[in-house]
Amino acid sequence: MAAADARAICPELITRPADLAREAAALAGLRRWAGRYSPMVARDGPDGLIADISGVPHLFGGEAEMRADLHARLERVGLTLSSAIAETRGAAQALARHGGGILPEGAAKEGIASLPVSALRIGSDVAEGLARMGLNRIGDLTDLPRAPLARRFGPALVLRLDQALGLQPEPVSPEADAPYFGVRLTMPEPIGLEADVMSGLARLLDRLCSTLAQHHRGARRLRLELHRVDRETAQVEIGLARPMRDPERIAALFAKGVSQVEAGFGIEALRLVAHVTEDLPPEQIGGPRTIDREDALADLFSRLGNRLGFDRVLRLLPAASKIPERSFLVAPAAYSAAESPPPHRGPDRPIILFPPELVTTKGLGQPGHPPARFAWRRMSFTTLRADGPERIAPEWWFDDPAWRSGLRDYWRVETQEGPRLWLYHTPQAPTWPAQSWFAQGEFA
Amino acid sequence: MRFESAPSELFALVRHRVHEAEGPGRRSFALLQAARHTEALIWIIPGHAPHQPMLRGLPEGVGERLHLIRPANETDLLWAAEEALRSEGVGLVIAEPEKPLSLIAGRRLQLAAEAGRTTGLMLIREGQGSNAAETRWHCTPIAAERRDSTLHQWALIKNKRETLRAWTVHWNGKTAAVDPVSAACKRHEPAETSR
Repeated sequence: MAAADARAICPELITRPADLAREAAALAGLRRWAGRYSPMVARDGPDGLIADISGVPHLFGGEAEMRADLHARLERVGLTLSSAIAETRGAAQALARHGGGILPEGAAKEGIASLPVSALRIGSDVAEGLARMGLNRIGDLTDLPRAPLARRFGPALVLRLDQALGLQPEPVSPEADAPYFGVRLTMPEPIGLEADVMSGLARLLDRLCSTLAQHHRGARRLRLELHRVDRETAQVEIGLARPMRDPERIAALFAKGVSQVEAGFGIEALRLVAHVTEDLPPEQIGGPRTIDREDALADLFSRLGNRLGFDRVLRLLPAASKIPERSFLVAPAAYSAAESPPPHRGPDRPIILFPPELVTTKGLGQPGHPPARFAWRRMSFTTLRADGPERIAPEWWFDDPAWRSGLRDYWRVETQEGPRLWLYHTPQAPTWPAQSWFAQGEFA
Repeated sequence: MRFESAPSELFALVRHRVHEAEGPGRRSFALLQAARHTEALIWIIPGHAPHQPMLRGLPEGVGERLHLIRPANETDLLWAAEEALRSEGVGLVIAEPEKPLSLIAGRRLQLAAEAGRTTGLMLIREGQGSNAAETRWHCTPIAAERRDSTLHQWALIKNKRETLRAWTVHWNGKTAAVDPVSAACKRHEPAETSR
């Protein structure tokens, strides 16, 4: 039913947009919980669960008791549900969506005979076609010859019918649980010494790292929760410059955070979670020394990043732009790989770049040429020779406020005093000509 | 049996020690040293400093090995320099402290460099070095008579092992090699070709 129709029938209707991601997450949680009834539980469409309970019901005292237990538990948490038990997946699915109940063994055919054909998981066009033929109930279909049915409505209808009646197998394939990388340790007596916490952490890390190794994963961020006796919780979080599962090297990074934790009356439980992990397949070790060096460098970046912040440990990456400021990227070293810049062609570039600084010109030079004498950073210079101009145009597809003054003519200016500067002037800027010279870099 | 050590290369910094460079051309000198090391490079620049190295202007092979650290204050800068010197994965650590280096800081950096078997180069402002430095260089770019020459004057103004000297060199900022210019400031070069 369309929302407009619904609102016409009931003007007080409250509507909210569907949040499919959260619904799927809730269903996944429910699927994990339903593992208490059977090891084989799978999601069935966006709104259902299917469980293979062969050999299970007697543990709950029978099928009826098991279904009653399921209803009682879910109703207690406020969920409305409808469920069915049948010998085939198709029959259970059809019945659960049309009333629910329990079909004893061998009664599937009679049990679903009175259900509408749309309960068979077929498309609405096929269901309409069947209705036009006067076939409204599943029972109307079961006794018809299969060949004309398949020719008129396609093999999918016959397959679904056979699956519901048990003539075709349809197994339940439970999806694997995503591995969870968290461990905890409960102490018999509260602890308060830093050394005790670190030795508890070492035990946790051993267990966590072996779990990580089993799944070929490496931790990227870890959180240690310390539960105190007075129900307070302290947290220590660290980041790693690259995925890692080496207990000793990770423990060293926790030392500073653990030393700052207030223990109060004592800590009674520790919990360690690797909440961000990445793939880390096994690698050949003991090879050339470069692996040691890379490990040492990654350790250094982890240490620096945890104190200074990972956004302050950087690396230069090449970028495709002629604009000096955007001809390279400055990216966090922990989240990027080194790239060798393409070979440089064209005019030289300075070794040091800084934001444009106004240059005070003294005396009039040739128009469009660098001034003969100028002052920069309170030092006065005399131009010895100048190479240029190299004209760089702003990128029209990228509105950069610094480049609104238009074209820039870059000159490499060698001065009598020594420094070799990168000066530019903006011929299009509507300013007084003496104010249009800027310094932006220094050459070797 | 002991071998005579090979005559040290010109401007090669003593390994596993911390050195200082001052003067307006100190960053060029640092980049020459960076080009001569083959391992990872760390350049520590204060977070609020406006300048940064430009990737396309760096000598060959330096850009992909260079890592920038931008600490927020002077204490963090010295701490980061010490940690980097103490790490074995690093070849050369370049740092730009803004305040005068105290003797304690200089000595700590020396100990860290010896422990981590790395080399350090502090780019200091004039007269702000510490006595613990192994060598101190005064670097100034100087004007050249010829168009294709980029001259530098690199003077050794403190040296714990040998004598002081000053050189005038031609270094174009692209390779790991430098040409010393003879005392008469004439570069060794072929006669100018006619156009």
